Amino acid sequence: MDFNNNIPIYLQVIERIKQDIVSGKLKPGDKMPSSREYSNELGINFNTVARVYKELEMEEIVFTKRGLGTFITESDKQIESLRYTMAKNQITTFIEGMKQLGYTKEDMIRFIEKENNHTERNE
Amino acid sequence: MSQLKITELTKKYYNKIALRNVTLNFEQGKIYGLLGPNGSGKTTLMKVVAGLHKQTSGNVFINDEELSYKTKAYVSYMPTENYLYGSFKVVDILKFYKDMYEDFRYDYAVSLLNEIKVNMGNKVSNLSSGEIGKLKTVIALSRDAEIYMLDEPLNGVDVLSRDTIMDIITKSHSENKIIVISTHLVSEIEKILDTVIFLNEGTVEIFGDAEELRQERQLSVEGIYKEVFRNA
Repeated sequence: MDFNNNIPIYLQVIERIKQDIVSGKLKPGDKMPSSREYSNELGINFNTVARVYKELEMEEIVFTKRGLGTFITESDKQIESLRYTMAKNQITTFIEGMKQLGYTKEDMIRFIEKENNHTERNE
Repeated sequence: MSQLKITELTKKYYNKIALRNVTLNFEQGKIYGLLGPNGSGKTTLMKVVAGLHKQTSGNVFINDEELSYKTKAYVSYMPTENYLYGSFKVVDILKFYKDMYEDFRYDYAVSLLNEIKVNMGNKVSNLSSGEIGKLKTVIALSRDAEIYMLDEPLNGVDVLSRDTIMDIITKSHSENKIIVISTHLVSEIEKILDTVIFLNEGTVEIFGDAEELRQERQLSVEGIYKEVFRNA
């Protein structure tokens, strides 16, 4: 994994784990690697991974079983709300960007439909 | 438990001041980056902690003990230059360290060197500078010390060997150790640092958590480094 040093490393790892949960690459109840294993894999400090797990635990996206390790939440509701939040962030960034380019709401909707048809045809 | 406390440390060489009133507190389990341009006092600070130079004033406490011949045993110091004897084979170097240091973990050193494919039968004089860099790091980290002082481990080493050296450091790190790495190659090493210390002409300019600094200033540690030292 390549990191952007301008952004806290732990936030980038959190983002990646969230992506993997929403895309289904990580499944509910999956065991996460230990801080030590994961930090070796990512080439970072294990304290950073510990921070990642702590944050994700507070957000109730992972849970820890004492002596067993860290696991992905088994709550579908939690994963659904994660997907919603991430989608919402995407759309907010999109709308702001389009507004700066001078697009109105109607223009945006038309654009989305056009592009969406285009991608569907290519799939 | 490892602990390193430096209070109001000053080091003068004749009338030149190398360190000026340095106060720092190191906690176990963390990797520290000692950052600053050449001549900022990084090596002097490391040498004082390692017991190789005597301070002019101020105190250094390792596990609440004042610096002495006894605290020397707690510190594994890696000098920046190649100090290894050229006609020795890698395996002889390891044997030498095993004899020299009670805490030297010979098997650990061998397993690391195998992992990174450094041939034990090679003579030191036949090693590339990348291999020398890796070997020096392995030796320093193979001591079961409490505090590791690595002076410029990435200097003069190719990009791929740098990655290997950083891997060796993160792998050898543990909850009860303190690792201090001095470097001016900030961008390459910053992702493995917990805490950074900016040293500017012997004075501590910044001492803080790397992630918090990135968050506060919306910059990489390297970006902050450039800002600080450009105006210095």
